[in-house]
Amino acid sequence: MNTSTTTTAISVERTTPASVLRDARHLSFWAEHAAPIGLVALVIVFSLLTPSFLTLGNVSAMLAAAAILVILAVAQSYVITTGGIDLSISATMTFGAICFGIAFTAGLGFWLSALVGIVGAALIGLINGLLIAKGKVTDFIATLGTLSVATGLALIFSNGRPISVLSPELLQLTTGRIGIVGYPFILAVIIGVIAWVVMFRTRFGLHVQAVGGSEEAAVANGLSAKRVRIAVYLISAVLAGVAALLLVARVGAAEPAINTSYLLNSIAAVVLGGVSLTGGKAKIVGPILGALLLTALSNGLTLLGVSQFYQPLAVGLVVVLAALLTRFQKR
Amino acid sequence: MTTITSPTALDTDLVLSAEGIVKNFGNVHALRGASISMRRGEVTALIGDNGAGKSTLVRCLSGIHHPDAGTIRINGSDVDFHTPLDARNAGVETVQQNLALIEDLSVWQNFFLGREQTRGFGPFRFLDSRAMRSKADEMLGGLAVNVPPVTSKVRRLSGGQRQAVAIARAAGWGSPIVIMDEPTAALGVQETARVESVIKRLQDSGVAVLLISHNFDQVLRLSQQVWVMRAGNAVAGRRAVDTDGDELVALITGAKAA
Repeated sequence: MNTSTTTTAISVERTTPASVLRDARHLSFWAEHAAPIGLVALVIVFSLLTPSFLTLGNVSAMLAAAAILVILAVAQSYVITTGGIDLSISATMTFGAICFGIAFTAGLGFWLSALVGIVGAALIGLINGLLIAKGKVTDFIATLGTLSVATGLALIFSNGRPISVLSPELLQLTTGRIGIVGYPFILAVIIGVIAWVVMFRTRFGLHVQAVGGSEEAAVANGLSAKRVRIAVYLISAVLAGVAALLLVARVGAAEPAINTSYLLNSIAAVVLGGVSLTGGKAKIVGPILGALLLTALSNGLTLLGVSQFYQPLAVGLVVVLAALLTRFQKR
Repeated sequence: MTTITSPTALDTDLVLSAEGIVKNFGNVHALRGASISMRRGEVTALIGDNGAGKSTLVRCLSGIHHPDAGTIRINGSDVDFHTPLDARNAGVETVQQNLALIEDLSVWQNFFLGREQTRGFGPFRFLDSRAMRSKADEMLGGLAVNVPPVTSKVRRLSGGQRQAVAIARAAGWGSPIVIMDEPTAALGVQETARVESVIKRLQDSGVAVLLISHNFDQVLRLSQQVWVMRAGNAVAGRRAVDTDGDELVALITGAKAA
């Protein structure tokens, strides 16, 4: 490890091919770029192992499958940048899906129902934010609680049964495409771009990073850490509500399922993306690539005929490896 | 109460006065009615043993704590700080003891934290990073320290550079009152000299500086007015020319009544 020389050097950081080659000698380089490197490695390995991996059809299917996770990873990244965590994210998505399903069944039409779904999800986020910022409840406990509450509400509202939704707009959302890229992934990319701009080009984004870096220092500089915290949990929940629409579109029904794998994968994608769980270091592209990596991993394993049972194992190994690598990140 | 050689209420040079400030944290009485005042164009020193209440008083004056009782006046009118932003808007800038810098943000981002410059229209406003970078560069350059590039992360800076960043941030907005909580505590000889010259420069430009320090030589060298704190009270006020290190020590320890 060669961190002593790199940490003391004060320089304007510019990326050139030469600097990339130089940095590649350090373990921190691999840690910093775990997601893109891992993604490229996976694509190479799977294309060698199975010719059907890098076909247009499969890439298109992968991108479609990745859309929900990309949105959730972006959402989770905002929360984790403040040093928090949103364990309720997939339950919020489920709750949003059920709200949408009920509203649609009640005849509100697609757009109004979508709004109901997103507002329903946002309510969970508001509760998270208030509990954590005002109630001073630990993020872990607060969102663990709302995970259960949202799951329970989804079961109660739906009576435990899937609500089938037959909407032309939803059908359009799943089948529409530009080239090989389907609408869901395009939506995810748009959300990713907006999230990036907000994080790195606006006052709010700077405040998110500042509160995550040091709440005490942020407050001493006149920021309201409470407002920022409530906002990130709201953002997380609203994005979970948007993801809920894609989920319903994908399945054709609003299901009160628990979707635990989405929760774990959203956190895994953020960790793979090189975001520190202690907060303060914001990344948006990394978590998106992390989400793509996880999707490619399970897709490749499926193509190879590896039993479904091995997929959580593979995801787990990748995440633990990435977490180990983050120890070598440049600080 | 003890009699204190404080400036009279009619004194028009009085830029800040705090009277009877009380602050309790549960059963801990951090401030028991402390009163101090500062004059325009003067360096006012605040000294006292650890736990005497200096930093708590500073935190009340900079809006981090809200006093349980007492009044703070700036230029003769009452102010009520509920957040650090209130204090900042009233013209009080503070260099906190912990510097209040965010390590993962760059120098210019720390400079403008909470008062970012933006451009755009309506709700679509984006950070004007180019303008902020050049302004930050200008403000830091005035310090003439081994200036770090404004784009480097604070994490990469040395202790002296961090101090310089925090001080330049507080000094650079033309605020009439600048509070510095132990600005040279962690610095070497050269860096201390630079910080002291910044304090003098601020004073020359008419700023009222509140200096919290443990270094009596420095206090007597830089300040015109010294307030001594003990057990949550400002027990004595002295003109710097009328006192010496021995008296200050005696006042701090309580060996001499004020």
